[in-house]
Amino acid sequence: MTVTFPATLPVGPATGGSVHSWDLSTGVDGPGTRFVVFLAGCPLNCLYCHNPDTMRMGNGRRTSADEVVAEASKCTAFLHAAGGGATVSGGEPLLQPGFSGELFHRFKHELGLHTALDTSGFLGARADDALLADVDLVLLDVKSWDRDLYRRLTGQRLDPTLDFARRLADLGKEVWVRFVLVPGLTDGADNVDGVASFAASLGNVSRVDVLPFHKLGAAKWASLGREFALADTPVPTAEQVRAARGAFAAHGLHAV
Amino acid sequence: MTTSQQHAGRTTDAWDGFRGGLWRDAIDVRDFIQQNYTPYEGDGAFLAGPTERTTGIWRKITALFPEERAKGVLDVSYDTPSTITAHAPGWIDRENELVVGLQTDAPLKRAIMPNGGWRMVAGALETYGYPVDPGLEKVFTAYRKTHNAGVFDAYTPEIRAARRAGVVTGLPDAYGRGRIIGDYRRVALYGVDRLIAAKREEKASLDAAPTDPRALEETIREREELAEQVRALEELKAMAAGYGHDVSGPARDARQAVQWLYFAYLAAVKEQNGAAMSLGRTSTFLDVYLERDLAAGRLTEEQAQELVDDFVIKLRIVRFLRTPEYDELFSGDPTWVTESIGGIGADGRPLVTRTSFRYLQTLYNLGPAPEPNMTVLWSPKLPRGFKEFCAKVSIDTSSVQYESDELMRPRTGDDTAIACCVSAMEVGRQMQFFGARVNLAKTLLYAINGGRDERSGAQVGPATGALTSEVLDYDEVMDRFDRQLEWLAETYVHALNVIHYMHDKYAYERLEMALHDRAVRRTMACGIAGLSVAADSLSAIRYAKVRPVRDETGLAVDYEVEGAYPAYGNNDDRADAIAVQLVEEFMRKVRKHPTYRGAEHTQSVLTITSNVVYGKKTGATPDGRRAGEPFSPGANPMNGRDTHGYVASALSVAKLPYDAAEDGISLTNTVTPDALGRTPEERVRNLAGVLDGYTAVGGFHMNVNVLDRETLLDAMEHPEKYPQLTIRVSGYAVNFVRLTREQQLDVVHRTFHGSL
Repeated sequence: MTVTFPATLPVGPATGGSVHSWDLSTGVDGPGTRFVVFLAGCPLNCLYCHNPDTMRMGNGRRTSADEVVAEASKCTAFLHAAGGGATVSGGEPLLQPGFSGELFHRFKHELGLHTALDTSGFLGARADDALLADVDLVLLDVKSWDRDLYRRLTGQRLDPTLDFARRLADLGKEVWVRFVLVPGLTDGADNVDGVASFAASLGNVSRVDVLPFHKLGAAKWASLGREFALADTPVPTAEQVRAARGAFAAHGLHAV
Repeated sequence: MTTSQQHAGRTTDAWDGFRGGLWRDAIDVRDFIQQNYTPYEGDGAFLAGPTERTTGIWRKITALFPEERAKGVLDVSYDTPSTITAHAPGWIDRENELVVGLQTDAPLKRAIMPNGGWRMVAGALETYGYPVDPGLEKVFTAYRKTHNAGVFDAYTPEIRAARRAGVVTGLPDAYGRGRIIGDYRRVALYGVDRLIAAKREEKASLDAAPTDPRALEETIREREELAEQVRALEELKAMAAGYGHDVSGPARDARQAVQWLYFAYLAAVKEQNGAAMSLGRTSTFLDVYLERDLAAGRLTEEQAQELVDDFVIKLRIVRFLRTPEYDELFSGDPTWVTESIGGIGADGRPLVTRTSFRYLQTLYNLGPAPEPNMTVLWSPKLPRGFKEFCAKVSIDTSSVQYESDELMRPRTGDDTAIACCVSAMEVGRQMQFFGARVNLAKTLLYAINGGRDERSGAQVGPATGALTSEVLDYDEVMDRFDRQLEWLAETYVHALNVIHYMHDKYAYERLEMALHDRAVRRTMACGIAGLSVAADSLSAIRYAKVRPVRDETGLAVDYEVEGAYPAYGNNDDRADAIAVQLVEEFMRKVRKHPTYRGAEHTQSVLTITSNVVYGKKTGATPDGRRAGEPFSPGANPMNGRDTHGYVASALSVAKLPYDAAEDGISLTNTVTPDALGRTPEERVRNLAGVLDGYTAVGGFHMNVNVLDRETLLDAMEHPEKYPQLTIRVSGYAVNFVRLTREQQLDVVHRTFHGSL
């Protein structure tokens, strides 16, 4: 019996980047079922990060855009029928804007997929208009409204994210705001209300994902030999999550 | 003479309001459905909840379940071999039942059916502490030969050795083969007298003495079979009369249609303890009757639902007496009362009706349950309202499986039903010879060990010489594997021919075959287990370094794997191509061997729950699997090796070609609710999308479980809290709390796909 094997994938053209992994997931990183590529490296250092293994660029594998697009192309028939698309996530995709830009362009124009950018917005200035033209939806993490808290949570400033959000609003780009609800940290009424009123003021936010903090990433912190700072923080109760969603809804936002 | 007089006896006022003519002149239920059904494109908003009557009857039955679960069986009619008429009528609640009839004279009381084999009956009676009647023992050992006795008379030493080693497994040589679906609808539409007349005509067409010597035996056999079929139909009338119903004529209203159809099915399960006793495709057929009565104001929606609920209660309590060895293979007491729902007609109209919804609604009205095995024939062209209702029911109950109407319709037409789990057949026109499966993973070990069994050391396969290199060489392994597979295919088909010859001879399905056309299409349904283990093992040999660990006799009993290898289940062609090739190659090898009654060769990639037992009988494998560890079920990738999510895993399975596995390819997906989306509406939409996507890329079957691991762990500790917790395993569903602990653990350890 003989088995014929496919030729190895083409490697080594112009654009490449540091890729952590890829996944096919449903209902998590944008609408429908999506091909999600996780780029390695992130300028933020979030206390609750559930993918700390993607924080450093060095944890990724040098991968060509051709290789990523080839992987995505193997499931486009499925994605077209199922409804969904492709998401570039991370890490922080805008740490590698040229690579991300090529992926969006090819996902959209070669494969005909709906595209989503999953970002903290901290490096939003690096996304030029050409890159954004190939992005159908931005999943924008607004981690806090309180500037000091934002710095404490992420190690960085909040303003670049807000600037990016306003720019996306000016471009009329669809945005889903994502807000991680951490008891004792982000769940203060003023903090939630601040994010909500800002999001509502933009006019292009079609949905808000209130994501309950969880500790499923704790093992990853351990395997990296790093301390998970929120190991003792409780996960929010259903009531707390409901209340936060209510706060967004009170501003006329569709919060889930 | 008027037209209606020309059809004297062939038209009746029971058919008032029905359209079309072809089906009046010949037995053709499909034509009746096509001429008369009303497609429904809406959603589930019209559905009615359970009535107090329904809930009361269901409560009476469920009150018996704890005792049945504790004892294994509630009761056994141990001294009366079952026939269609052997048992007096029985009831659950005589005053209140809308649909009547039980297998024996009391609910959940099991019957003995010794024609399959006396040992199985005696073994089961002993297991459960019932007396073994010496008179019956004498009858079925001295005077009346059984299927099992016949098979073992004709088995060869080679077949016996392969069977004992577990390389050919689960053969229906000691139990009823099942997987034959009578067209039970015929009884409702035509009445039994008309069916008897048609069978007599068929028999008369064979009266001429055959001139071709090759046709001689088959002609005589068929004439005897047709005589038996007529006899069974007469018994069906007598059985129904015992319940006060005259089924000689057609059903006149919806309640009778449900009752006549159920009597026909009941006669089949009184006569046969088949591994799978599937129902067919009945919802849209019954919808014609229900719509007629609803339109005439004879029924309300609540009453229509009540009829369906009552019917389904009966289907939920079908029981067979089986041995612990059998339960080990097919755990959870399954009967595979599979009902096929939905699909698209040849003319493009969806075959979805309000009654398609009503059937699924029983999972709410009566709670989740493994039986009847609700099977939706899925197509992206199904109406959106139906798709989303199915998805919702799946998410809420984990009790539905899906099979691709797009793959089946071109091959078996738009009146296809599923037998057992994944076997497609045209209702009333096609049957199969069920062939269980062979163990590909073990066969691969035979290739490495030159045909010696890795557990016993016995020479079972051909002596192709043990491989002696330090690191396994891919080409060398493939060359030996090919020779072992040739032997396996030959031995396997030989065994199946013996089995089905004897089953026809000693345990013929008289009633089920009476509800088939005479010129029936037969398939020889072979099957393979251990596909993912074999594919991953070959991938490891090719892409990593695999060193056999040999015992003092040179037998490889373990393997050291150095380096990584691409695993089946990640949409990676390097591994998936091996799985595809194995399926195609074994099908090719099976096709080389002639079959009993000229059956067409098919095969399935399906294990049911036997993946646990087959794993137990198989030594360590070159993929790194330890000796005795369970296989993955069906065509599933190996637990935990599919690392890119359940969709990527499904894409690998979808590559297996249906043309080389027309008896079905089974995939079980277990996901947590949040792996489908964040809101209930989103989950419904996304699951429907996943099913559309899987069908679009050529996927055949998907079991969908939407569960949390914590729920299962809690159910293991506190079974009393979860009497109706249902989960889908390869091709069927079970009550989780009725699985053995070993199988529960297998399910819990099986890849749960969640989101992170």
